[in-house]
Amino acid sequence: MSKRFAVLKPLLVFIGILLLWQGLVVGLEVPSFIIPDPVSVFKRMVSDAGLLWEHALVTMAEMLMGLTLGVLFGVLMALTLVYFVSLRPWLLPLLLVTQAIPVFALAPVLMLWFGYGMASKVIMTVLIIFFPVATCCYDGLRQTHQGWLDLAQTMGGGSWAVLRLVRWPSALPALASGLRVAVVVAPIGAVVGEWVGSSAGLGYLMLQANARLWVDLMFAALTVLAICSVGLYYFTDLLLKRLIPWQTSHH
Amino acid sequence: MFDVHLHKVGLAYGDLQVFQQLDLSLKAGQWTCLLGGSGVGKTTLLRMVAGLVDQSDIRVEGRVTCDDGQPLAGRIAWMSQQDSLLPWATVLDNITIGERLRTRKFLRRSRLSSEALDRAHHMLELVGLDEKARVLPQNLSGGQRQRVALARTLFEDRPVVLMDEPFGALDAITRLNLQDMACDLLAGKTVMLITHDPLEALRLGHAVYHLRGHPAQLTDAITPPGKIPRSLDNAELMTLQGVLLDRLRHEESVA
Ligand SMILES: Nc1ncnc2c1ncn2[C@@H]1O[C@H](COP(=O)(O)OP(=O)(O)O)[C@@H](O)[C@H]1O
Ligand SMILES: [Mg+2]
Repeated sequence: MSKRFAVLKPLLVFIGILLLWQGLVVGLEVPSFIIPDPVSVFKRMVSDAGLLWEHALVTMAEMLMGLTLGVLFGVLMALTLVYFVSLRPWLLPLLLVTQAIPVFALAPVLMLWFGYGMASKVIMTVLIIFFPVATCCYDGLRQTHQGWLDLAQTMGGGSWAVLRLVRWPSALPALASGLRVAVVVAPIGAVVGEWVGSSAGLGYLMLQANARLWVDLMFAALTVLAICSVGLYYFTDLLLKRLIPWQTSHH
Repeated sequence: MFDVHLHKVGLAYGDLQVFQQLDLSLKAGQWTCLLGGSGVGKTTLLRMVAGLVDQSDIRVEGRVTCDDGQPLAGRIAWMSQQDSLLPWATVLDNITIGERLRTRKFLRRSRLSSEALDRAHHMLELVGLDEKARVLPQNLSGGQRQRVALARTLFEDRPVVLMDEPFGALDAITRLNLQDMACDLLAGKTVMLITHDPLEALRLGHAVYHLRGHPAQLTDAITPPGKIPRSLDNAELMTLQGVLLDRLRHEESVA
C-alpha cells in the first residue's frame, strides 16, 4: 500500500505541476513566446520526436560516458589515497582544485583543447562527478569498522583479500551516496558543455530554438532533458538498492 | 596444548600509559576471564595479545610467548563485541570468511572446497542455526548474531580464542544461554574472555582477574570452585559477585 503510494507521489507532483502550468498560462494570458502552454509543448514533442530523440541520445551518451569515467577515476583516486599514504599530501590539494575552479570557467578552455565534439562534454562531466565520488568512496574506505579489520587480520587475510572482501563492500553504501549525487549533477556538465559550443545535444537544440524564438521546441527539449535526468536518477537509485541490500551504517 | 604467557607487558597511546609491567598466564585448555570497568584497558590488552597493535603512535613493551616455543600469531581466533558480522554477507559467507580471506586467488569469487562448506554447515548445526545459512545478519536477533559469530570462531578451529565482551549487548537470559553454549563448544580451547560483568567472569573463568587503576594493574586470581559453566544457585558465587560488583562500583565513583 505505502509502496504503491511511493511510486504514485512523484507522478502526482508531476501532474500537479502540469495543471498549475496550464492554469497559469491560460489564466494570466501569458504570451506563448514567453511560456508556451503544456499542450503545445506536448504537440511539439510528438511532431519533432525524431529530432528530440536524436539530440537526447547525444546528451545521454555524454552523460553516461562522463559518469562511467568519472566514477572510475573517482574510485581509483580514493583507493590511491587510502593505500598510498605518502601520496596523500599531494593528491588532496589536487582533489580540492578540481572542485575550486568552476567548470563553467573551464568550459571554453576545454572546447579549445578537445574540440566541439563529445569529448569536451564528457570531460566536463567527469570533472564535476569526480569529486563527490572520490570523497565519498575515500570516506567509506577509511571508515571501515575496526572490528572487521581486526577480525580479518587475525584470520590471516592478505591486504588484497581484505580490500576485496571487507573494505570494498563496507565502503559501498558511502560510494552509493556519492553516485546519487554524481547522477544528479552529471547533466550540468553535459549541457553546459553543449551551450558553450557544440553541434548536437539537447543543450545545443535549446540554444538553436531560443535563437529562433521557437519557445515550444525549447521547452520540449527542456522537458526531455528533465525526463532523462530524473529517469537516470531513479534507475540508479533502484539499481543501488538492489545491489546494496544491507542496511547502511549503524554506528 | 600450550600455556600463553604475558611477560611484563605495557602499552601507551602517546602519553596515556594504559597498563605496564603486567604478568599473566593463560593456562592451556582453560578459561581466563578479565574483569574491569569501562575504559580501563581491557580491549587494549586483548588486542595486544592478538598482535593487533602495530600503529606507530602506540608504544608496546614486554613479550607474549607460548610455552611450546612457537609464536602465538596464526593460532588465535578473535571474537569481539556486537556488530562483528559482515552485514553484506550471508550467515554462511560470514562463517567461512576466514577461509576466503586466506585463499590467494586474485580475482573472482574464490570457491570454497566442499569440505569447508560441510564444516561450515556443521558449525551452524552446532549453534542451532542451520536453517539460516542464506540469511543476511540484519534479519537475525542479537542472540542469533552472536551464535553465528561463535560458529565462525569454531570454524577457524584455532587453539586459542580471544573474546572481547562477546555477550555484552545481549539480554540477561540470552546471555546465560550463550555462555553455556560457548562453554560447551569451546571445551578444550585456551580462552581469554574480557567482560565488565562479574557474574559472567565468575560463571566461566577457571581463573578470574580484575584489571583496575591507571595505569591498570591485575589483582590476584580468583578461582571459583566447580566446573564451568557454574550454575547460579551456588551461594559462594553470589557472594563473590557481590564483592566484585562493590569493587567495580567503588572504582567508577573514584574515577
Ligand atoms: N586507538 C586509541 N588511541 C588512543 N587512545 C585509545 C585508543 N584506544 C583506546 N584508547 C584509550 O585507552 C583506554 C583504554 O581503552 P579500552 O582498552 O578500549 O578500554 P576497555 O576495553 O576496558 O573499555 C581508554 O582511556 C581509551 O580512551
Ligand atoms: Mg572494550
